[in-house]
Amino acid sequence: MPPAKKIKDIIINGLWSDNPVFRQILGICSALAVTNVVLNTIVMGIAVTMTTALSSFTVSLLRKWTPRVVRMMIETLIIAFYVILFDQALKAYWPDMSRSLGPYVGLIITNCIVMGRAEAFANANSPGPSFIDGLFAGLGYSFVLIMVSIVRELFGMGSILGIAMPFFATASWDRWIIMVMPPGAFFTLAIIVWIARTLQKPKEAQMPGVKK
Amino acid sequence: MNTGSYPLHLLVILFTSVFTENILLARFLGMCSFLSVSRQVKTAIGLGAAVVFVMTFTIILDWFAYKWVLQPFGIEYFRFILFIIIIAAFVQFIEMAIERYSPVLYQNLGIFLPLITVNCAILGASLFMVIRDYDLAESIGFGLGSGLGWMLAIVAMAGIRQRLNNARIPAGLHGPGITLIIAGIMALVFIGFTGVLAGK
Repeated sequence: MPPAKKIKDIIINGLWSDNPVFRQILGICSALAVTNVVLNTIVMGIAVTMTTALSSFTVSLLRKWTPRVVRMMIETLIIAFYVILFDQALKAYWPDMSRSLGPYVGLIITNCIVMGRAEAFANANSPGPSFIDGLFAGLGYSFVLIMVSIVRELFGMGSILGIAMPFFATASWDRWIIMVMPPGAFFTLAIIVWIARTLQKPKEAQMPGVKK
Repeated sequence: MNTGSYPLHLLVILFTSVFTENILLARFLGMCSFLSVSRQVKTAIGLGAAVVFVMTFTIILDWFAYKWVLQPFGIEYFRFILFIIIIAAFVQFIEMAIERYSPVLYQNLGIFLPLITVNCAILGASLFMVIRDYDLAESIGFGLGSGLGWMLAIVAMAGIRQRLNNARIPAGLHGPGITLIIAGIMALVFIGFTGVLAGK
């Protein structure tokens, strides 16, 4: 196993300083749509995290035997393989959830994060670190989405995970229906990105070339 | 067609997918290229046109693949892989064809084609088509409408962003942040069309 220092860096990068959502706004396509309810978001987060971790692991395992020209195709097939597994499992054991996530589970295939980690990290590193890198990139992504979904469900429906919250579920709180509709997702994510980027600002000043 | 209201039904699908059910603003598909390629109106139009074209045709191909291959053999779960391959192959084929026959078009549209393979809106449209069990004509209406809706949204966004260059924006909100807020306002506007179509 590689030194613990490196693993620690990978974890911090994935969760905060290189968080795929804050830094590059990657891969939000397939997931903003499910953030109106916390439960759906958690399931989606698990799906994305598992897919990223396992496909990074597999890509890394096969990296020495993969011809460079067909690399992207192989990566796509590996990702699709895990997504199909997850989709079928969900359909078999939790059909209600499968129905409410609709096409978005399948769309993990085109989620830029999964492919991005495979391209950027797994291609050049051994399977162990690749798995951890994928795992924490996925977790960093899930954690942002779960924040978004908590805000949306709380303001929009007065509950979290379907459990009524003290103040928000009472008549004194006028439910913001807009939060569970699409515009709410854009506004919430924009504000979270704004806060995160403002907090990260001091660090950026030390890194020339990052600034646009 | 079988009933008098069928063409009207198709028209409703077309307009719903352009406005109220806009694939980008209501379904969040194709966000990556929407955020990164919406700086200039000209490039936005190019990418939008390519999306309209590819989406309409791949949804037809995917419909045939689904109804004639996947369903008869009972292997619907292969649709993710098959659809991706169809989209990639179609884009590759079109790229070669227009490079060969129309260099002018290739210069304007060609650079956008590879981007489209990874645009989740294309795959998403086909997956929605499967879930909603559209027939062929409905699929064409849905594919065309979704493509036009996506194009409309990205061109409008590019127009707004060109103006934004002169605006003072808080530092942390630069780039994606402000784009997301504009997208939210645009989504509100598009939802405003709901009443128009509901009264059909």
